[in-house]
Amino acid sequence: MTASVKSTVDAAKNDIQKLTIGKALNLGLRTAMEADDKVIVMGEDVGKLGGVFRITDGLQKDFGEQRVLDTPLAESGIIGTAVGLAVRGFRPVCEIQFEGFIFPGFDQIVSQVAKLHYRTQGKVKVPLVIRVPFGGGIGAVEHHSESPESLFAHVPGLKVVSCSNAVDAYWMIQQAIASDDPVLFFEPKRLYHSGALRAEVDPTATPGPLFASRVLRTGTTATVVAYGPSVKVALDAATAAEEDGHSLEVIDLRTLSPLDLGPVFDSVRRTGRLVALSEAPGESSLTSEIATRVQQECFYSLEAPVLRVTGFDTPYPPAKLEEHYLPDLDRVLDAVDRSLAW
Amino acid sequence: MPSPEQWTHPEPGAGPAAEAAQPTPEQVIAGLRATNEGGPELTQLLTPEGERLSSSVFDRYVADIDSEALRGLYRDMVLVRRADRESNAMQRQGQLGIWVPLLGQEAAQIGSGRALKSGDMAFPSYREHGVAYTRGVDFKELIGIFRCTDHSGWDFKKHGFHPYTIVIGNQVLNATGYAMGQKFEGKVGDDDGEATIVYFGDGATSQGDVHEGFVWAAVYDAPVVFFCQNNQWAISEPTERQSRLPLYQRARGYGFPGIRVDGNDVLACLAVSRWALEECRHGNGPVLIEAFTYRMDAHTTTDDPTRYRLSDELEEWKLKDPIERVRAYLARGGGADQAFFDQVQADADAFAAELREYVFSMADPPPSRIFDNVYADPSPVLDAQREEFLSYLDGFATAGEH
Repeated sequence: MTASVKSTVDAAKNDIQKLTIGKALNLGLRTAMEADDKVIVMGEDVGKLGGVFRITDGLQKDFGEQRVLDTPLAESGIIGTAVGLAVRGFRPVCEIQFEGFIFPGFDQIVSQVAKLHYRTQGKVKVPLVIRVPFGGGIGAVEHHSESPESLFAHVPGLKVVSCSNAVDAYWMIQQAIASDDPVLFFEPKRLYHSGALRAEVDPTATPGPLFASRVLRTGTTATVVAYGPSVKVALDAATAAEEDGHSLEVIDLRTLSPLDLGPVFDSVRRTGRLVALSEAPGESSLTSEIATRVQQECFYSLEAPVLRVTGFDTPYPPAKLEEHYLPDLDRVLDAVDRSLAW
Repeated sequence: MPSPEQWTHPEPGAGPAAEAAQPTPEQVIAGLRATNEGGPELTQLLTPEGERLSSSVFDRYVADIDSEALRGLYRDMVLVRRADRESNAMQRQGQLGIWVPLLGQEAAQIGSGRALKSGDMAFPSYREHGVAYTRGVDFKELIGIFRCTDHSGWDFKKHGFHPYTIVIGNQVLNATGYAMGQKFEGKVGDDDGEATIVYFGDGATSQGDVHEGFVWAAVYDAPVVFFCQNNQWAISEPTERQSRLPLYQRARGYGFPGIRVDGNDVLACLAVSRWALEECRHGNGPVLIEAFTYRMDAHTTTDDPTRYRLSDELEEWKLKDPIERVRAYLARGGGADQAFFDQVQADADAFAAELREYVFSMADPPPSRIFDNVYADPSPVLDAQREEFLSYLDGFATAGEH
């Protein structure tokens, strides 16, 4: 790395900055690449273009074409070669442009990325991060708005996380890269550039653990658990609920595999009610798992069944219908009302 | 005998491309099958009759292979064949869950495996027991896969031999990525450079991962040798179900060299692999090698080749046995006497007996193994499952004590 690049990174790191999620991810990647020259970024258009969402903007210019690889167009190729690079000792960070395009790479993820460590009794490590912009609300054509995270959370050997704010984005991407386990990193694409979500990122702070959920807002009436883009919906719903005199506790799951449900159990034991929120289809999903385990752990504390607010069990609809498909704060409040009416 | 040259390949401006590009199915099959001898472009140094052929290109790559070295290659092949037959028998006796025979492919595996240097990395599919042997992986280290006590036990870094890959073609991309890493680390450029070799079959060439591996390797000039063992059958599907063209010719479309070698000729496999690896070490890779060979047994012990191929075909290939031609050459030229052949056979029998004894004494892994190494870092969810299950098992032990 050139001196000018280092000084740029240092300057950025020394300042507490108000960053969007997108800029925070960029700075997090930049910091990780500076700290370890084995970290490489690879994917379609991640170099000169800076990625279709510009998350890798400027990285190739500063770190060179051998550390920011504009790859041929094939997802299995991106992930499959990243496996080989990881086996060799690199720490690749793959970008999949949209979640709907990850499926050509699904075989490599499930068959090799997830299992190599287990198959070799720990002799082969795959310190690989796969960044996946996911979720709807951007008015896109099909295959650009899906929420397939439950498919990956179901696979032993993978760790799956999702960030919902700039501070987490900055730290979690670095922690995912530092992890010796493969991490699927689901990014809330519709929030990437949200000015309203700009937050102060302090590079000198000490981050919390990567694989832990967190209470973002305390409350007493009911608990709402969400992750990724749905966290903002949950927080908006909590603000709106205040006007009705309801106090909602909001938990950001953050880690989808392994699930950290301890804070959810604690919360439900206090509130007696849980609404699990996600954009993904509900059947056989993360929200199913949450409902099951809360029922097992908090049965005598529950005042109502665990209710779920999710996408429907359909393919993602044409974007002109997504406002009906995506859970919004009204559907969350309706679920809270139904829980209270039990 | 018909050959691929019976129909022409379309060249730019060479006439009606549509006509040239569309051989009849019979021509395609003839082109591949004729190959009876592998076709006119087959690289061969030792004929099935044990005659040494000279090659202006490849002789220099095996100039060091004197009688002693050739006796070593012969011994390698006899030992792995004997262990292969023993393992096949042990599967039939219920000692192994499954076996993947290498019978007939000894030359392709020993020749290419012995071409590797210590800094190289080999990515196998699941039939490369002979390559494993050349990399110092004991049969006892890989038999656990087939005994179903393990998925992969050897130290891949120490041996330069990656774990087996069962999903067809996955390893081609993994190997290409590894080779990219060798290049990124500046390990190519001279005789001391590193290279990667990846093994796959004719059936795998239909997989997208193999195509993508070719693309990536070409784009990044990765030092990787694609070693396709065309053993004519992908379980029950013949090579003509995979390709209209001889497989080695596909390399041209990706912009790197492809070569067909007699996969039953250990000397030619060694020479061609050394050449290809040298190309990679010097930064001129990738290279595709099609080792034209034949699987003389089933795909695995679960299938029945008599359902899908004729016995005539097998009988014909028996005449091209990779071991017998070396034996004939050594015997005819005085490179080995009967005492040597007898000793190798005795060594092979002892090798197999030792393997058998080992397999029969293999213990099942402890139940806790189920939970080991799913992740590099602890997983609280899994830790809780392990604790609960082991406690459950302990309950039986306690009950049994009463």
